[in-house]
Amino acid sequence: MSTRRLADDRFQPDSFEFTPENAEWVKTQVAKFPEGRQASAVIPLLWRAQEQGGWVTRAAIEHIALRLDMPVIRVLEVATFYFMFQLAPTGENAHVQVCGTTPCMLCGAESLVAVCERVIGPMHAVSTDGTLSWEEVECLGACANAPMAQIDSWVKGGFHSDYYEDMDEAGFEAILEAFRKGDYPKPGSQKGRFASEPLGEQTSLTADHIEKHNAAVSAALSEGAA
Amino acid sequence: MSFDFLTDENRIFTNLYGQKDRSLKGVKGRGHWDGTGDILGKGRDWIVQEMKDSGLRGRGGAGFPTGLKWSFMPKESDGRPHYLVVNADESEPGTCKDREIMRHDPHTLVEGCLIASFAMGANAAYIYIRGEYVREKEALQRAIDEAYEDGLIGKNACGSGFDFDCYLSHGAGAYICGEETALIESLEGKKGMPRLKPPFPANVGLYGCPSTVNNVESIAVVPTILRRGASWFASYGRERNAGTKVFAISGHVNRPCVVEEAMSIPFQDLIDRHCGGFRGGYENMKAVIPGGSSVPCLTNAQAKDVLMDFDALSELKSGLGTAAVIVMDESTDIIKAIWRLSKFYKHESCGQCTPCREGTGWMMRVMDRLVEGRAAVEEIDMLLEVTKQVEGHTICALGDAAAWPIQGLIRNFRGEIEERIRALDTGRVTAAVAAE
Repeated sequence: MSTRRLADDRFQPDSFEFTPENAEWVKTQVAKFPEGRQASAVIPLLWRAQEQGGWVTRAAIEHIALRLDMPVIRVLEVATFYFMFQLAPTGENAHVQVCGTTPCMLCGAESLVAVCERVIGPMHAVSTDGTLSWEEVECLGACANAPMAQIDSWVKGGFHSDYYEDMDEAGFEAILEAFRKGDYPKPGSQKGRFASEPLGEQTSLTADHIEKHNAAVSAALSEGAA
Repeated sequence: MSFDFLTDENRIFTNLYGQKDRSLKGVKGRGHWDGTGDILGKGRDWIVQEMKDSGLRGRGGAGFPTGLKWSFMPKESDGRPHYLVVNADESEPGTCKDREIMRHDPHTLVEGCLIASFAMGANAAYIYIRGEYVREKEALQRAIDEAYEDGLIGKNACGSGFDFDCYLSHGAGAYICGEETALIESLEGKKGMPRLKPPFPANVGLYGCPSTVNNVESIAVVPTILRRGASWFASYGRERNAGTKVFAISGHVNRPCVVEEAMSIPFQDLIDRHCGGFRGGYENMKAVIPGGSSVPCLTNAQAKDVLMDFDALSELKSGLGTAAVIVMDESTDIIKAIWRLSKFYKHESCGQCTPCREGTGWMMRVMDRLVEGRAAVEEIDMLLEVTKQVEGHTICALGDAAAWPIQGLIRNFRGEIEERIRALDTGRVTAAVAAE
């Protein structure tokens, strides 16, 4: 475990409100759980707050506590316990999470980390132009497509979260530069695999191929990736 | 005699890679959601018995018989609702099988949720997916929505008279939430800290109600097992190791992949058939972690003829775990590979139990030095002793999981660790002599 604290006061905005669309969405999340169990929605709500603002602010924590009728300390506990919650500002265009655990490490994750250090800067710091930030994270569950990174981005007018897989250093650097410019590069395998089938000739499920892209890539393309 | 490989017509996950029509029409065309109402019509007892007869053992790592687990749920409600909770928090390093099911064959899971919930008298199921699987969450939600719109779930699901709701929620990046009681805590909106057992979830689970937590794959195979029969499923694999299984192979093979195969497939056949063989040939393989990061590694010699099933791997003091096969060739620094796992467990310890909170950090720091050889040979035994003090002394199995990879390393590669320590020592001596 590690100690995680909220960002310094000078970064903290005074208030937080969900956008009208997100406020509507919040109702659908709370409705998933039985009467009196609305605290169950705390993780989805914190996540939506992060999607909306790039990171989880103290004001967002307090707002969500009020919305779910929870003591603020309980929401604070959740926000600091779960590693996906960014407690300090991230890059304006993208926050990059390089998987560094053994299966990715065996396939070259350390060189991707080196690319981040060179192109973005030190881990957890926002790049000097403010567009990018990065961190090394633990296993993201795409080990057959190693090495890979998850990139959360705020480009093309919305929030996106995608896996970039089967990467090499040059390709990864190009992806980072694209995000820096505000582009939204196509996620998925960078080696031309459809999904997690073996590269080249398939050994199973060989018939009736009609879909153009896998489910994750299709979703990104519909949000403006190219 | 060569192994009888699984053929496409006997695969449960007919669209694992998502290349075939992913619409509900396409899904139904491949036989899913066929006669689901009739299956429910056969009754709870028939379903549970059929699941027991199939020999299905839980696919989340522990391998507990699924049908038996279901039978622990109270037969009648005492007024409290029952819940099915699906563990979609796939986070065990090396494991990426449930991801493919959820983004490409999600209807197998939704249909399985309906049947399993019915069999346990649960009118609601919660699927808890790891927060990082954003696209998988979207694909799965779409499948749930499609099932509602088509009357397959919801009021009078599949025309059975049974009302069933399926809800998707998610985590936010904590490995520990894959432990069933930590998952329940998280689903209730708390930190994911495991609960003491007993009481077991079947008596006091989600919201204090009887609950069963099952892995995605365990639930997703249910409809096909019931349609094709327990004996069909049991015809694959050795006794007590029945069925087909989704394997995820990563690391130093020529073509890493996720693939459904029959249980008890010989290790080398699995890699040769589906992964284009080992990088540099089998003789170039140094070690393999056969079941996700928590199970001890095997050496080249140990793995040579091993069958990929629960019993064969536990005989070698390893395990099938989640069937996440991590292959490492001769170029691998095995000490560093295991050190990275120690770093993982240190990061993911929830901090509740002292032996794990302190022990994982302790073990990682010794491993830090072993990677460089900056240690005394006696410290290897001291490290082993520490792993024994963590193992079995914590509420959940994360402590064990942190201990086992190191135990496997010391058991199988002690010589290499000693050699590195001596090499550094010799270097020091040489440098000292040179300085004189």
